[in-house]
Amino acid sequence: MKAPDTPLQGRGLTAMDGVITLIIILLIVQMWLLSATLAAYLAGHRSAVVPAAFVSGLIFVGCAALYGFVERIDRNARR
Amino acid sequence: MFGLRRPSASSSKEPLWREEFSIFTADERYVGRRQMTKFLTLTSLSMFAGNLWLLGRAAFSKDRPAYPAVKVATAGEIPVGGVKLFQYDNDQCILVRTGETSYAAYSQKCTHLSCAVYYAKEKNRLECPCHEGYFSILDGSVLQGPPTRPLPKVTLEQRGSDLVAVGMTGGAEPGT
Repeated sequence: MKAPDTPLQGRGLTAMDGVITLIIILLIVQMWLLSATLAAYLAGHRSAVVPAAFVSGLIFVGCAALYGFVERIDRNARR
Repeated sequence: MFGLRRPSASSSKEPLWREEFSIFTADERYVGRRQMTKFLTLTSLSMFAGNLWLLGRAAFSKDRPAYPAVKVATAGEIPVGGVKLFQYDNDQCILVRTGETSYAAYSQKCTHLSCAVYYAKEKNRLECPCHEGYFSILDGSVLQGPPTRPLPKVTLEQRGSDLVAVGMTGGAEPGT
C-alpha cells in the first residue's frame, strides 16, 4: 500500500500536471503554426516563414522554461 | 523529505543508474511526469527545427531559372472543347481549347494529392477524380473539394500558327 501524499508532494504533482497541460496547449499551437507555415510556403508566400520561425522559437523557449520548472520541482522532491 | 525515500540516496555517491532500485514507488509519479515533460519539450524542439528548415529553404533557395519556350500545339490542331496533353518543364500538362481563339493550359497534377486532373467539357472545368476537387478553367482556381491551392497555369503565346508555352505561374512551390 502506498503512503499517502504529503501536502508538499500533492502540490508538486499538481504543479507538474499544470505544466504538462500548458505545454500540450503550446504544442497544439506550434503544430498548427508549422502546418500553416508549410501550406503558406508551398503556396508561394515566403514572407510568412520568418515570423513563424520566431514565434515557434518563442514557444520552444517557453516549453523549455516549463521543463526547467518541472526539473526543479522534481529535484526538490527527490532531495 | 517526502517519506519512502531511497535509504541510500543521501549517503551513496553511486550514480543513479548503478543503484539496484533507482526509482522508488514514491518517486515514480514524479519520474513519469518529468519524462513526459521532457518528451513534449523535445517535440516542441523538433517542430521549431521544422520551422527553421522552412526558413532556411526560403532564405537559400535560388530563384527559378527562366522557363524554356516549347511549342505545344498548332492553332486549330484540337477542336473547341478538345484537349491535348503535353510535357512542360518535367510536368505533365493539359491544354484545353476553350473557344475559337482561346486556349488554357495547366499542370495536370492536382494540388491536393497529385492525381491527374481531366477536362469535364459539359461543366467546363477541370476535375480531379480522386477526391472530387474541381478547378476553374478560367484561372485554375479551386471551385470545390480538398485542394487549397490553384493549379499551376502554363503561360501560352501564339507565335504564328504555333501555340508556345513560355512559363508557369502559381500553385507550385517556389524555387523548385
